[in-house]
Amino acid sequence: MGLLVIVLLYSACKSNNQATLPILGNRQPVTKTVDGKTVTDTVYSTIPEFKFVNQYADTITGKSLDGKIYVADFFFTTCPSICPVMHRNMLNVYKEFKADDNFRIISHTIDPKYDTVPVLKKYADKMGISGNTWWLLHGTKDATYQIAKNYLVSVQEKNPQGEFIHDGYFILVDKQKRLRGTYDGTDPAQVTKLIADIKILKAEPDEAAAK
Amino acid sequence: MLVVLAVACQSDEQVEFNRYYSGGSLIYQTHCENCHGEKGEGLQALIPPLTDSVYLKNNKTSLACYLKNGLKGKIIINGHPFEGEMPATDLTPLEIAKVLTYVTNSFGNKAGIINVQLVEADLGKCR
Repeated sequence: MGLLVIVLLYSACKSNNQATLPILGNRQPVTKTVDGKTVTDTVYSTIPEFKFVNQYADTITGKSLDGKIYVADFFFTTCPSICPVMHRNMLNVYKEFKADDNFRIISHTIDPKYDTVPVLKKYADKMGISGNTWWLLHGTKDATYQIAKNYLVSVQEKNPQGEFIHDGYFILVDKQKRLRGTYDGTDPAQVTKLIADIKILKAEPDEAAAK
Repeated sequence: MLVVLAVACQSDEQVEFNRYYSGGSLIYQTHCENCHGEKGEGLQALIPPLTDSVYLKNNKTSLACYLKNGLKGKIIINGHPFEGEMPATDLTPLEIAKVLTYVTNSFGNKAGIINVQLVEADLGKCR
């Protein structure tokens, strides 16, 4: 299987018009014996299992995203600095893919005390987002800050000025929950690239993508 | 040559307006654009656009106080309700005058200069 992946990747590389995205995060080779032969496979880091609640008060777990490409970010509804521009840009991603049931956007609030489920629902309504394409996720501070590390995103408690510190990255995750790209959500040009990269990922053959 | 002539023909008022307007454009980018947008378009029903010339005209003498102290509570912009909160700023009266001149003469607005004397007078009457 590992060999097959390499062959497929190699053939993908040979055709110039077929772009591929890198796989980010830590990786380690795993050697195992299959049918008496020694096979070396690469194991990529993936987003671990989680449990949050969305703006409709539905429980969202890793299973809810099985087989889906998704984009993750971190925000809070009262954010005065970068969040409005991030979500103005994210709205373009939403509009582009809202008809695709195999695509999701998840925005974790880093201020779960203020951003309760009803507050998140109101924010969604005011943003003009409906349906299940874009989930605003509420969870404990610990769970949210923990999963941020898996997305390689930096978030912190309130600083002495009472502001939350977080960076404005959008993280692209593939169907196998591997990180495939990070984009500055405050930069319209990078978000345009994100939209293009999602299309590349959607076109990626499942055989090559599967481990 | 033409440009030089055009500049030379500008009145003192026009020169002052241009100075306020271009300075205000930079202040807008730093302090306002993230929320209100590059074209003053706002953000959906969350953040009001800056395109309601009638609102800006009717509240002209309060605008400086809104920028200094922030704005909270329900307002109607272009016929739509908004009820978020705009944070207070530490802009100086001159910076407020510049950015107000920029906003009230951009995005389809055309209110003329709001100079620092007007802003200082308005700030003295903040509620």
